[in-house]
Amino acid sequence: MRVNRRTFLQSTAATAAAGMFSSSAWAEDPINVASIHDLSGGLDIYGKPMVDALTLAIEEANAAGGLLGRQIKLINYDTQSNMQLYTQFAQQAALKDKVAVVHGGITSASREVIRPVLGKFKTLYFYNTQYEGGVCDRNQFDTGVTPAQTVEKLVPHAMKKWGKKVYVIAADYNYGQITSQWVKKYVTENGGEVPSIDFFPLDVTNFGPTISKIQAAKPDFVWSALVGGAHISFYRQWAAAGMRKSIPMASTTFAVGNEHIVLSPDECNGMLVCYNYFQDLKNPVNEKFVASFHKRFGADYPNITELAMGTYQGFRLWAEAVKKAGSVDRIKVIDALETGISIDAPSGKVTIDPPTHHCVLDVHIAEVADKKLKVLEDFAQQKPADTAAVCDLIKNPNDNQQYVIKI
Amino acid sequence: MGLVALLAIQVLYAIASLALISVGLAIIFGMMRVINLAHGEFLMLGGYAAIVATSHGISIWLSMLVVAPIVVGIIGVVVERTIIRFLYGRMIDTMLATWGLSLFLVGLTTAIFGNTTVGISAPLGSFQIGAYRTSAYTLFVIAVAAVVLAAIFAVMRWTRLGLIARGTMQNANMAAALGVNPPRVYAITFGVGAALSGLAGAVLAPVSGVFPTIGVAYIAKSFITVIGGGAAILTGTVSASALFGTINQIATFVTTPVFGEVALLGAAIVLIRLLPQGITGRFFRRGL
Repeated sequence: MRVNRRTFLQSTAATAAAGMFSSSAWAEDPINVASIHDLSGGLDIYGKPMVDALTLAIEEANAAGGLLGRQIKLINYDTQSNMQLYTQFAQQAALKDKVAVVHGGITSASREVIRPVLGKFKTLYFYNTQYEGGVCDRNQFDTGVTPAQTVEKLVPHAMKKWGKKVYVIAADYNYGQITSQWVKKYVTENGGEVPSIDFFPLDVTNFGPTISKIQAAKPDFVWSALVGGAHISFYRQWAAAGMRKSIPMASTTFAVGNEHIVLSPDECNGMLVCYNYFQDLKNPVNEKFVASFHKRFGADYPNITELAMGTYQGFRLWAEAVKKAGSVDRIKVIDALETGISIDAPSGKVTIDPPTHHCVLDVHIAEVADKKLKVLEDFAQQKPADTAAVCDLIKNPNDNQQYVIKI
Repeated sequence: MGLVALLAIQVLYAIASLALISVGLAIIFGMMRVINLAHGEFLMLGGYAAIVATSHGISIWLSMLVVAPIVVGIIGVVVERTIIRFLYGRMIDTMLATWGLSLFLVGLTTAIFGNTTVGISAPLGSFQIGAYRTSAYTLFVIAVAAVVLAAIFAVMRWTRLGLIARGTMQNANMAAALGVNPPRVYAITFGVGAALSGLAGAVLAPVSGVFPTIGVAYIAKSFITVIGGGAAILTGTVSASALFGTINQIATFVTTPVFGEVALLGAAIVLIRLLPQGITGRFFRRGL
């Protein structure tokens, strides 16, 4: 074949154009993943470790060659503990960045703000926080523990240790309202009583009258579902009133924001908590994870939290599903997740429960001991029984609501 | 019986803490007609000053009672010299300027200390009343409030400085004609108001912890107290604190903290409707 100047130019131009097109559209194009967390404001004690864990998970995946041969790009939004920004950033992530998945939301209030937005714009959503349970939405996956996995275990443990009368104090929004009902349910089922449940807005810092009220009620122990920086003062005032030694405490939220490091051992030693992950868990996957986390963020990193691990595991589950689906298409990834994807995570084996889109995972009861969390008891492979009682997305894929416990 | 005594202490504590967080604002607003929207941040800075000083090995009492008021007082004087003095008599402009200052201070402390709650454990331990226990620190806060109010009264009533300050606030031109230097009086008054805010923030830091945006939790309450109190700085602050503190604390004890706040705000609305000039607009009119 004769190659003259014209045909040469034509063919090279075509090749170059094709190459440019394919490189910009496919091979070199990164997969966008959005992170929507509070990195400033009152809730940043939760958000920062979550974003650090997500950053590490994505860097690990990229170092291993990315997903489907593409690199992953983290697009980070700081919602500044401000609910309005959640709506705005969720829209931006879905419409402008066209992300493959959104990991984010910390409080249950923020989750309920972005859940409908991401549902409307058909963007897959991972909520990685331990929460009150009951969300049933095919577009959403929940990698955090729920009351049937934690409260159900911790209530009998604490009642056996301390007694049957439980005074509940909780943050005043959907998380605290619903979780406190679960506490009441399990306490009653175990033959105990809940004389009172008190709710506190997130900015309350004066707990004096409440502490007097608790003393007047004389419970065997106090259950705290308090949230955020301002509520830390409850534990201080409780200890300052000399109550820590006479009335013990269990919590569904304590230490999630590293409260056990902020407070002195004198103010919180002996408190019981129950979560999926503790930094000191003894297994090879976790030891490797902690080492690489410390290498990335410094050995003086205070503590890798429950929420950080939820986020890390959330990303890993999503990545596993993308590999299985061979695509980042939303429906294909959801289908892959609904096969019951499973990973060997630092917290143990974590498996998606297809009907609820929640996780089957290990939980542990631990005690606060001198700024550390000492694991006391392990429960392997707990199912999200609370959500499973009301939600079946395989049968009703169009279900889209949060079920609330009724007592 | 023990419970009644405990509740009485809680009510006194609520009154004392309201008076403490409001008195600095009352001086700056009542005497100079400057609406200081950065008041909450002065309290916050007092808390940080005390915590930083304590963590550098200074005794907690010295940090709270000496270091914090001095640091925040100096900041107050600097703010007055660089911003406020150009804006006297322009209420809206001072509001905007101090609001900007408030945002700036929140941003600055966030950059320096990070946006996490820091705190120090309350000293003094606890004591027993009947079958109940409460923190001895509560009594300390009540004592500090009493001493601060007594000191303000003494200075205003019996010293030449207090006389000059009161005279300047009443009629700056006349005071100037009599040989007083009003700008200097303003600077000192603003500094004293800021120092008292710093003291209050420091004294409350072990109770509530400190984070850059904690000023927001204080500012609404202190404004309500000052407005509810009316023109007389000292009697106004004390009477409004007593009224609102009692209502808030008893409502909180009987119901929940949410209704405690609602009761406080409800009482403030009713009060301002009935007494638009505040309590001292009608009662104790000759008070300081």
